[in-house]
Amino acid sequence: MKPQFATKYRAVAAKFKTGERVRVRKSAPLGHIRTPFYIRGHVGEVERYCGAFPNPEELAQMRDGLPAQPLYRVRFKQKEVWPDYRGPDSDVVEIEIYQHWLEKA
Amino acid sequence: MLERGHHDMGGLPAGKVEPTEHDYPEWERRVDAMVQLLRLGGKITVDELRKNIEALPPEAYDKLSYYEKWISSLTQTMIQRGVITSAELARKMEEVEKRRR
Repeated sequence: MKPQFATKYRAVAAKFKTGERVRVRKSAPLGHIRTPFYIRGHVGEVERYCGAFPNPEELAQMRDGLPAQPLYRVRFKQKEVWPDYRGPDSDVVEIEIYQHWLEKA
Repeated sequence: MLERGHHDMGGLPAGKVEPTEHDYPEWERRVDAMVQLLRLGGKITVDELRKNIEALPPEAYDKLSYYEKWISSLTQTMIQRGVITSAELARKMEEVEKRRR
Protein backbone atom coordinates (compact mmCIF):
# COMPACT_ATOMS: atom_id res chain seq x y z
CA MET A 1 0.00 0.00 0.00
CA LYS A 2 1.36 3.40 -0.96
CA PRO A 3 2.01 5.69 2.01
CA GLN A 4 1.25 9.40 1.92
CA PHE A 5 4.87 10.04 2.94
CA ALA A 6 7.52 7.51 1.92
CA THR A 7 10.22 7.04 4.60
CA LYS A 8 13.39 4.96 4.60
CA TYR A 9 13.35 3.70 8.18
CA ARG A 10 13.55 -0.01 8.96
CA ALA A 11 9.86 -0.58 9.60
CA VAL A 12 7.17 -2.97 10.79
CA ALA A 13 4.96 -4.11 7.87
CA ALA A 14 1.71 -2.15 7.48
CA LYS A 15 -1.22 -4.48 8.15
CA PHE A 16 -4.32 -2.31 7.70
CA LYS A 17 -5.82 -1.06 4.45
CA THR A 18 -7.75 2.10 3.65
CA GLY A 19 -11.41 1.61 4.54
CA GLU A 20 -10.72 -1.15 7.06
CA ARG A 21 -12.46 -0.99 10.47
CA VAL A 22 -10.06 -0.82 13.40
CA ARG A 23 -10.44 -0.64 17.16
CA VAL A 24 -8.11 1.48 19.29
CA ARG A 25 -6.61 -0.53 22.15
CA LYS A 26 -8.14 0.34 25.51
CA SER A 27 -5.02 0.60 27.55
CA ALA A 28 -3.32 3.17 29.76
CA PRO A 29 0.34 2.27 30.12
CA LEU A 30 2.92 4.58 31.67
CA GLY A 31 5.25 6.57 29.43
CA HIS A 32 4.76 9.10 26.64
CA ILE A 33 1.61 8.08 24.74
CA ARG A 34 0.37 9.84 21.60
CA THR A 35 -2.98 8.07 21.40
CA PRO A 36 -5.55 10.39 23.06
CA PHE A 37 -7.25 8.85 26.08
CA TYR A 38 -10.73 9.73 24.84
CA ILE A 39 -10.43 7.64 21.67
CA ARG A 40 -9.14 4.45 23.29
CA GLY A 41 -11.61 1.57 22.90
CA HIS A 42 -13.45 3.24 19.98
CA VAL A 43 -13.87 1.81 16.47
CA GLY A 44 -13.03 3.82 13.37
CA GLU A 45 -12.12 3.43 9.73
CA VAL A 46 -8.65 3.76 8.21
CA GLU A 47 -8.76 6.95 6.12
CA ARG A 48 -5.16 6.74 4.88
CA TYR A 49 -1.79 5.21 5.52
CA CYS A 50 0.51 8.12 6.40
CA GLY A 51 3.82 6.22 6.36
CA ALA A 52 6.17 4.53 8.83
CA PHE A 53 7.79 6.68 11.53
CA PRO A 54 10.02 6.02 14.56
CA ASN A 55 7.87 5.11 17.57
CA PRO A 56 7.46 8.30 19.69
CA GLU A 57 7.01 6.19 22.84
CA GLU A 58 10.60 4.99 22.31
CA LEU A 59 12.00 8.32 21.11
CA ALA A 60 10.75 9.88 24.35
CA GLN A 61 12.95 7.43 26.30
CA MET A 62 16.12 8.30 24.37
CA ARG A 63 15.96 5.23 22.11
CA ASP A 64 15.86 5.24 18.30
CA GLY A 65 12.21 4.20 17.90
CA LEU A 66 13.08 1.52 15.34
CA PRO A 67 11.66 -0.47 13.75
CA ALA A 68 9.43 2.36 12.60
CA GLN A 69 5.70 1.97 13.24
CA PRO A 70 3.11 2.39 10.49
CA LEU A 71 0.99 5.48 11.15
CA TYR A 72 -2.62 5.75 9.98
CA ARG A 73 -5.18 8.51 9.89
CA VAL A 74 -8.29 6.96 11.41
CA ARG A 75 -11.76 8.44 11.01
CA PHE A 76 -14.32 8.19 13.82
CA LYS A 77 -17.97 9.24 13.85
CA GLN A 78 -18.45 12.11 16.31
CA LYS A 79 -21.77 10.57 17.42
CA GLU A 80 -20.01 7.33 18.35
CA VAL A 81 -17.25 9.07 20.27
CA TRP A 82 -19.48 11.53 22.16
CA PRO A 83 -22.89 10.09 23.08
CA ASP A 84 -24.32 13.61 23.63
CA TYR A 85 -22.98 15.02 20.33
CA ARG A 86 -25.64 17.20 18.70
CA GLY A 87 -24.09 17.93 15.29
CA PRO A 88 -24.94 16.13 12.04
CA ASP A 89 -24.45 12.34 11.81
CA SER A 90 -21.88 12.90 9.06
CA ASP A 91 -19.44 14.76 11.37
CA VAL A 92 -16.17 12.93 11.98
CA VAL A 93 -12.98 13.32 13.98
CA GLU A 94 -9.73 12.16 12.38
CA ILE A 95 -6.77 11.12 14.50
CA GLU A 96 -3.35 9.84 13.48
CA ILE A 97 -2.63 6.62 15.36
CA TYR A 98 0.29 4.20 15.26
CA GLN A 99 -0.35 0.60 14.26
CA HIS A 100 0.61 -0.92 17.63
CA TRP A 101 -2.41 0.89 19.12
CA LEU A 102 -4.84 -0.62 16.59
CA GLU A 103 -6.50 -4.00 16.15
CA LYS A 104 -8.91 -5.37 13.55
CA ALA A 105 -12.52 -4.52 14.52
CA MET B 1 -4.93 1.24 36.27
CA LEU B 2 -6.91 2.62 33.37
CA GLU B 3 -6.34 6.31 34.06
CA ARG B 4 -6.14 9.44 31.98
CA GLY B 5 -2.94 11.46 32.25
CA HIS B 6 -3.54 14.99 33.57
CA HIS B 7 -2.23 16.58 30.33
CA ASP B 8 -4.43 14.33 28.16
CA MET B 9 -7.49 16.60 28.43
CA GLY B 10 -9.04 16.20 24.98
CA GLY B 11 -12.83 16.02 25.26
CA LEU B 12 -13.11 17.53 28.73
CA PRO B 13 -15.31 20.62 29.24
CA ALA B 14 -13.11 23.68 28.65
CA GLY B 15 -15.22 26.83 28.73
CA LYS B 16 -14.88 29.64 26.23
CA VAL B 17 -11.62 30.19 24.36
CA GLU B 18 -10.52 33.85 24.20
CA PRO B 19 -7.83 34.34 21.54
CA THR B 20 -5.42 37.18 22.35
CA GLU B 21 -2.22 38.46 20.75
CA HIS B 22 0.88 39.02 22.84
CA ASP B 23 4.56 39.81 22.46
CA TYR B 24 7.23 37.29 23.36
CA PRO B 25 9.59 38.53 26.08
CA GLU B 26 13.32 38.03 25.47
CA TRP B 27 13.66 34.97 27.72
CA GLU B 28 10.88 33.15 25.84
CA ARG B 29 12.66 33.78 22.54
CA ARG B 30 15.86 32.39 24.06
CA VAL B 31 14.10 29.26 25.27
CA ASP B 32 12.63 28.77 21.81
CA ALA B 33 16.07 29.20 20.21
CA MET B 34 17.68 26.71 22.62
CA VAL B 35 15.02 24.10 21.92
CA GLN B 36 15.32 24.50 18.14
CA LEU B 37 19.13 24.37 18.18
CA LEU B 38 19.26 21.31 20.42
CA ARG B 39 16.61 19.58 18.33
CA LEU B 40 18.25 20.38 14.99
CA GLY B 41 21.61 19.31 16.40
CA GLY B 42 20.12 15.93 17.30
CA LYS B 43 20.73 16.44 21.04
CA ILE B 44 17.08 16.09 22.05
CA THR B 45 13.80 14.89 20.56
CA VAL B 46 10.47 16.69 20.81
CA ASP B 47 9.12 13.42 22.22
CA GLU B 48 11.43 13.72 25.24
CA LEU B 49 10.32 17.31 25.73
CA ARG B 50 6.69 16.25 25.64
CA LYS B 51 7.39 13.38 28.06
CA ASN B 52 8.91 15.79 30.57
CA ILE B 53 6.09 18.32 30.18
CA GLU B 54 3.57 15.53 30.74
CA ALA B 55 5.51 14.48 33.84
CA LEU B 56 4.92 17.85 35.55
CA PRO B 57 2.73 17.59 38.66
CA PRO B 58 -0.89 18.54 37.72
CA GLU B 59 -0.77 21.81 39.73
CA ALA B 60 2.43 22.87 37.96
CA TYR B 61 1.02 21.80 34.58
CA ASP B 62 -2.00 24.07 35.10
CA LYS B 63 -0.06 27.00 36.56
CA LEU B 64 3.05 27.29 34.37
CA SER B 65 2.92 29.30 31.14
CA TYR B 66 3.75 27.73 27.79
CA TYR B 67 7.45 28.66 27.83
CA GLU B 68 7.78 28.00 31.55
CA LYS B 69 6.74 24.43 30.74
CA TRP B 70 9.30 24.34 27.91
CA ILE B 71 12.24 25.53 30.02
CA SER B 72 11.33 23.20 32.86
CA SER B 73 11.12 20.26 30.46
CA LEU B 74 14.28 21.24 28.57
CA THR B 75 16.23 21.45 31.84
CA GLN B 76 14.95 18.03 32.93
CA THR B 77 15.94 16.59 29.54
CA MET B 78 19.47 18.06 29.78
CA ILE B 79 19.88 16.47 33.22
CA GLN B 80 18.56 13.11 31.97
CA ARG B 81 20.94 13.26 29.01
CA GLY B 82 23.91 14.04 31.24
CA VAL B 83 24.60 17.40 29.54
CA ILE B 84 24.34 19.18 32.90
CA THR B 85 24.10 17.89 36.46
CA SER B 86 21.61 19.02 39.10
CA ALA B 87 24.56 20.26 41.18
CA GLU B 88 25.85 22.45 38.33
CA LEU B 89 22.38 23.80 37.76
CA ALA B 90 21.94 24.59 41.46
CA ARG B 91 25.28 26.44 41.57
CA LYS B 92 24.36 28.48 38.50
CA MET B 93 20.92 29.33 39.87
CA GLU B 94 22.48 30.55 43.13
CA GLU B 95 24.95 32.65 41.16
CA VAL B 96 22.15 34.28 39.15
CA GLU B 97 20.12 34.81 42.30
CA LYS B 98 23.08 36.71 43.87
CA ARG B 99 23.40 38.88 40.79
CA ARG B 100 19.80 40.01 41.25
CA ARG B 101 20.34 41.22 44.83
